Amino acid sequence: MSRDRGMFARSLVGAAALFAVVGLAHAQDALKIGLLATLEGPFAAGGQDGIRGADLALKQKNGMAGGKKIEFVKVSSDATPDKAVGATRKAVEQDKVQIMIGPLSGDEGIAVKNYAKTQPNITFVNGSSGAQATTLADPAPNFYRFNTEGAQWMVGLGEHALSKGYKKTFLIAEDYGFPYSQVQGFMASYCAKGGKVVDKAWVPLGTKDYASVIAKIPKDIDALVVVLGGADAVNFLTQYEQAGGDKPMVGGSITVDQTVLNFKGKRRESLLGTASAGPMADSIDTPEWKKFVADYKANFKDGFPSPSLFAYLYYINTKATLDALDAVKGDLSNGQKAYREALQKTDFKGPAGEVKIDANRNGVGTTYITEVAKAADGSFYNKVVKQVPNISQTLGLPEAEFKKMGLGSRDVPDCRK
Amino acid sequence: MSAAQWRRAMNSSAAAAAAVRGSATSAVVHPMPRPASPVSTDGGSWRSLRSAVGAIGARHVIVIVALFAYPFLATPFFTYQIGAQSLALGLIALSLTFLGGYGGMVSLAQMTVAGFAAYMLAIFGASSNVAISLGWPWWLALIVAVSLATILAAAIGWLSVRTEGIYTIMITLAVGVAFFYLAQQNYTLFNGFQGFSRIAAPTLGELDLRQPVPFYFLVLACALAGYFFVKHLIRAPFGVALQGIRDNPRRMHSLGYNVTAHRVGAYAVAGFLAAVGGILMVWYNGRISPGTVGTGAMINILIIAVLGGMKHPIGAFIGAIVFVLLQNFAIDLVDRERFNLVIGGVFLAIVLFSPDGLLGLWHSLRTRASGRFTSRGTSRIHQ
Repeated sequence: MSRDRGMFARSLVGAAALFAVVGLAHAQDALKIGLLATLEGPFAAGGQDGIRGADLALKQKNGMAGGKKIEFVKVSSDATPDKAVGATRKAVEQDKVQIMIGPLSGDEGIAVKNYAKTQPNITFVNGSSGAQATTLADPAPNFYRFNTEGAQWMVGLGEHALSKGYKKTFLIAEDYGFPYSQVQGFMASYCAKGGKVVDKAWVPLGTKDYASVIAKIPKDIDALVVVLGGADAVNFLTQYEQAGGDKPMVGGSITVDQTVLNFKGKRRESLLGTASAGPMADSIDTPEWKKFVADYKANFKDGFPSPSLFAYLYYINTKATLDALDAVKGDLSNGQKAYREALQKTDFKGPAGEVKIDANRNGVGTTYITEVAKAADGSFYNKVVKQVPNISQTLGLPEAEFKKMGLGSRDVPDCRK
Repeated sequence: MSAAQWRRAMNSSAAAAAAVRGSATSAVVHPMPRPASPVSTDGGSWRSLRSAVGAIGARHVIVIVALFAYPFLATPFFTYQIGAQSLALGLIALSLTFLGGYGGMVSLAQMTVAGFAAYMLAIFGASSNVAISLGWPWWLALIVAVSLATILAAAIGWLSVRTEGIYTIMITLAVGVAFFYLAQQNYTLFNGFQGFSRIAAPTLGELDLRQPVPFYFLVLACALAGYFFVKHLIRAPFGVALQGIRDNPRRMHSLGYNVTAHRVGAYAVAGFLAAVGGILMVWYNGRISPGTVGTGAMINILIIAVLGGMKHPIGAFIGAIVFVLLQNFAIDLVDRERFNLVIGGVFLAIVLFSPDGLLGLWHSLRTRASGRFTSRGTSRIHQ
């Protein structure tokens, strides 16, 4: 018995010692900013690029803001809300950061916003999450999002589809929050201007077999609206081609990316002219964007050929965070009151258009409508055909009308007939 | 039959069982602990009560005092995210330790049972999704959730008791993955990908169980109750018979025990523990979605149980503390993109150097340090 007695006592002492070491190993010489991204799980590559975007914003200021040296406390989640909140709580309560940047994905954003309410003295800035409800339903007074979200990214695409003559469409999208928002952004104006989405097929994330969906596609439609990401989009395209499908497509913000553009099937040529929309595009022709891409390439040899959506969104959110620190000269006293006023006044020309926020602390920005085009070397790229500036979270509708419609879901909006 | 008679029956066959165990004919799949040896050879409630009191040693007092003092010494972060989370995860892992260590059945579906209880609490109780949640009072929803999860666990047990070893793992994995996809794709009941949020712990009068310290004590109370319940059960007739079945089901069958019933019963008991752990987890997170019951989460429970050691109920909690500490602080030790390497490396090292987890490591160190006690070695591990 004494053997066990010793074991219990000692394991306890050991645990206590470990707690003490971990708890005390912190110094207070620089301003700490927490940085949360998904460094594990399905979005690990995106999370890593998001970190690059944040690092770039800090590097452009030589690691200083508001007269203080800035230290990033990096924490990771695996795209689940539970882990995002756990990691945020660690950065805020254990590492004592005063400003927190993150997270990456939509449901994480809602969970972190709810946690933000329990920490009124800390300012939270979004990373790249794009759920509508984060700032529309029950917003937190200390959660700021300088980027636009999933529904805003699709505004203007509806009119563009109509102008191409797509009057009746069939929708296929993944069955979770982000596509719901994207579909709403598309349908809000598409339905209002007389377009019809005859049916919606919601498929689970990671679906491999689309045979049953393809069989349901009616013959008399003008185009398909495809809001799928990465491998799902490629799988759908391949199977649609094999089934002899020939309708043109309209894509979501993450549908027509490099994996789809490098698609090698016979239908490759038919991708030409596929319209999609998003908060940025690889081919934006402004000096700001070109400088951003050049800086990114110069700093990150192991990065992507061109900054991803995540790098861009983390970059603008981090830049807004640091710029506001400069504006108040690093003064975070008085419950960060002055700092938050500075954040609210943020208005700068980012790589892809103006960055500013509305009364709910959500970004108001530009959406880029793109079409797949062929470059001189035969490769495909997304060519910017139209810019829609100043898109608010109510998608250009009056607020009352938007509220009547409600947030995007499986059945909202609806215009079958 | 009294407890003492059970123990005598087990004891008289111990030598024969040991002989069988030594040879290749043994049906034991895992190197599991032996049946608990009886405390006293004759029954009598007075004697057993005295021995129970005598079993409370300094180690118990120290651990309990430390556990009670902990939230007043630690920061809210350590109280809530490290302390409460470890104990809640430990309770779920305890259900696996009981099932695996004493029943010889390694089930990967313990997290599924816990998640099912959490989902049931969200569906019958209150959550952000008013269209699905029925909004019953929390205590009623709690009782219904735990009962349904226990029934589910018994059903999983009934399905998987016909299998042994790796096949049990496979069938419980299949059940768990099936439930994950059901939860992810069903919208009428489980609300699909998004699940339920705003499932808060109740407020009892003045006591807000959402606050770190009250919540810690709630979890601590459940963990202690679960721990002593398992400690008691493994020495009760049911637990002793279960260990007999683990070591030699055919012998137990020929002695007249209903092997299947005991095993299903063990699943139900473990399911009850996991369900309580699942309720605590959902209150801790405030939400439940399919990711909580995914394959990764199911395997984490196995990792925790193996990490701590399955020869004693305390192993589950030690494993959970180490697991939670690593998950939170590994990122501070090394480069941000490589921190999972530390977590994996520690798990690998523990399993490699000590098949019985941290408890086994501790015992082998002690044995090496004091060689003269070697002969008294492992037979007392349970107690």
